[in-house]
Amino acid sequence: MAQAADGRKGRKARLVNEPAGLDRDTLLRAYRDMLLIRRFEEKAGQLYGMGLIGGFCHLYIGQEAVVVGLQLALKQGDEVITSYRDHGHMLATGMEARGVMAELTGRSGGYSRGKGGSMHMFSREKNFFGGHGIVGAQVSLGTGLAFSNAYRGNDNVSVTYFGDGASNQGQVFESFNLAALLKLPVIFVIENNKYGMGTSVERATASHDLSQNGAPWGIASLQVDGMDVDAVKHAADIATAHCRAGKGPFLLEMKTYRYRGHSMSDPGRYRSREEIQKMRSERDCIEAARHKLAAFDVDEAEIKRIDDEVKAIVQDAADFAQTSPEPDPSELWTDILKEG
Amino acid sequence: MSIISYMEAARQALAEEMRRDKLVWAVGEDLGRGGVFGQYRGLVEEFGPERISDAPISEAAILGASVGAAMMGTRPVVEMRFSDFALCAVDELVNQAAKARFMFGGQTRVPLVVREPIGMWRSSAAQHSQSLESWYAHIPGLVVACPSTPADNKGMLKAAIRCDDPVVYMEHKNLWPLEGEVPEGDHVVPFGVARTVRPGKDITIVSWSAQVHVCARAADVLAGQGIEAELIDLRTLWPWDQQAVLESAARTGRLLVAHEAVQVGGFGAEIAAFVAERLGIKVRRLGAPRAPIGYAPPVEDAVRISETMTVAAVRDMLGK
Repeated sequence: MAQAADGRKGRKARLVNEPAGLDRDTLLRAYRDMLLIRRFEEKAGQLYGMGLIGGFCHLYIGQEAVVVGLQLALKQGDEVITSYRDHGHMLATGMEARGVMAELTGRSGGYSRGKGGSMHMFSREKNFFGGHGIVGAQVSLGTGLAFSNAYRGNDNVSVTYFGDGASNQGQVFESFNLAALLKLPVIFVIENNKYGMGTSVERATASHDLSQNGAPWGIASLQVDGMDVDAVKHAADIATAHCRAGKGPFLLEMKTYRYRGHSMSDPGRYRSREEIQKMRSERDCIEAARHKLAAFDVDEAEIKRIDDEVKAIVQDAADFAQTSPEPDPSELWTDILKEG
Repeated sequence: MSIISYMEAARQALAEEMRRDKLVWAVGEDLGRGGVFGQYRGLVEEFGPERISDAPISEAAILGASVGAAMMGTRPVVEMRFSDFALCAVDELVNQAAKARFMFGGQTRVPLVVREPIGMWRSSAAQHSQSLESWYAHIPGLVVACPSTPADNKGMLKAAIRCDDPVVYMEHKNLWPLEGEVPEGDHVVPFGVARTVRPGKDITIVSWSAQVHVCARAADVLAGQGIEAELIDLRTLWPWDQQAVLESAARTGRLLVAHEAVQVGGFGAEIAAFVAERLGIKVRRLGAPRAPIGYAPPVEDAVRISETMTVAAVRDMLGK
């Protein structure tokens, strides 16, 4: 078992790449959920290319193991909040692919009825608290979700995701202090995909070990192989247990990688094709899970059944997203404090 | 004269000012790769990473540090990417930069340019589309500039860089590709001098930024209907050309102010009140409804002040 670092005692966080020992069925679920995100995002990229999606569209391809592994460790009632790279998080919490895709195309069947777009969706039912467009802004909000859990005396945990780029925002550090001071049950998940837009972590952050960013406040932390869903689940189990035991916040730095640009308009000239290709061919989370499944004697027919199921869900979502009607202009005057 | 884009005009202005004055430098996220929209393309190659400085995503620190650097006499041009993102650094701008000169009895100045792109652009939704110019016009100590043409984006950015007070410089994202004639060399547009886009005798329309172009099209339509509207591009909200607006409004007897920003508490209210107080003439505002900007085109369009709405407002004011 990996030990969580305790900043007060000055212990270093360690890289978790040991497996939680996912059983056959859990690994199958993880594979299916990661594949759903992958195929959903590929379809979103296609629809964007066809001009059916406007504005910003930040794809999660490559990082699927992070959100799927985390989700495996959560229970009913835990909250999830993240930035604008949010499609994967929504699917992982169980939000409908149809509603997410239809929001991307700006249709009335979307989660925000077309009013929010790719970056701004929410589901009370699935405890997904958004989809936020200002870098780092969701981190203080996630801290507040945890405050509410502590206030109500439940054992729910707030999983607050942000990127390596956001990790330099002032309110992130302010949130660390507040969460540690009040011993709030929040898991800060830094999805370190190595680039904040076009700037590498090395060029943006003086500390190259982001798992230590909470150390001044004694925030326990782990650095995790975010390309391995098994390792993510293992680390997430440690973090959730820590939070549920009333020991305060926990920080997980997920070492991950996005295969696509920051958004659809990013030509990606800040990194080489070889770098991307190397990650895809050697570290892909879905391929790795497929290999592990083979060891469980999961046969090709079973894999194909999952592939087909995922394909059907995504196609259905894409069809729905193109046939659902556009919102009426009168939607401007719904969900708003209206004057006079 | 050469024909260049609104974006290229500002790029040239910054490059020329950096060549002219070694104390001018720029800082922001991803400037080294040309800026998110390409406004800084090629500048790091000419001036190096010390003067075209990449910064982490830390708006408050970028702006606060730039205020300090400006107090020491350097002239930072700060890129905030979206006016929406600059809200992470409002304390540094409003409580520090805007107040320092007065509060310290003139012991210091803050020669700072904060570039905050505004406006609706490519369905960017509620957190990437706002026009917040009136917020800054409300703050004593700040200059607020909203260029509408390539020529002005060159001349006004130069004026902003040479200004010894903090300037909130708001380019409209939808105007980046707009091409127009731009004077070569040292073209500087002084602040507080409005531009008469077209003369007219029946009504005065005041606007700024991208909305000027909508108003110009509306004025063309009105001209076809026998109504001669005088269109004034205010260029800067503070200082603003009170004399030009008063003179025109006194002559036409009617004033319409149109802007993309929310009408409630917008700068149109200030201009309309100012003119009504002095001339007692008929005034009207045309601004967006007080609602966030929606993503889907039908909802986004519902906050847009169109050419048709402008024509209708003018006709109504003229009793037609």
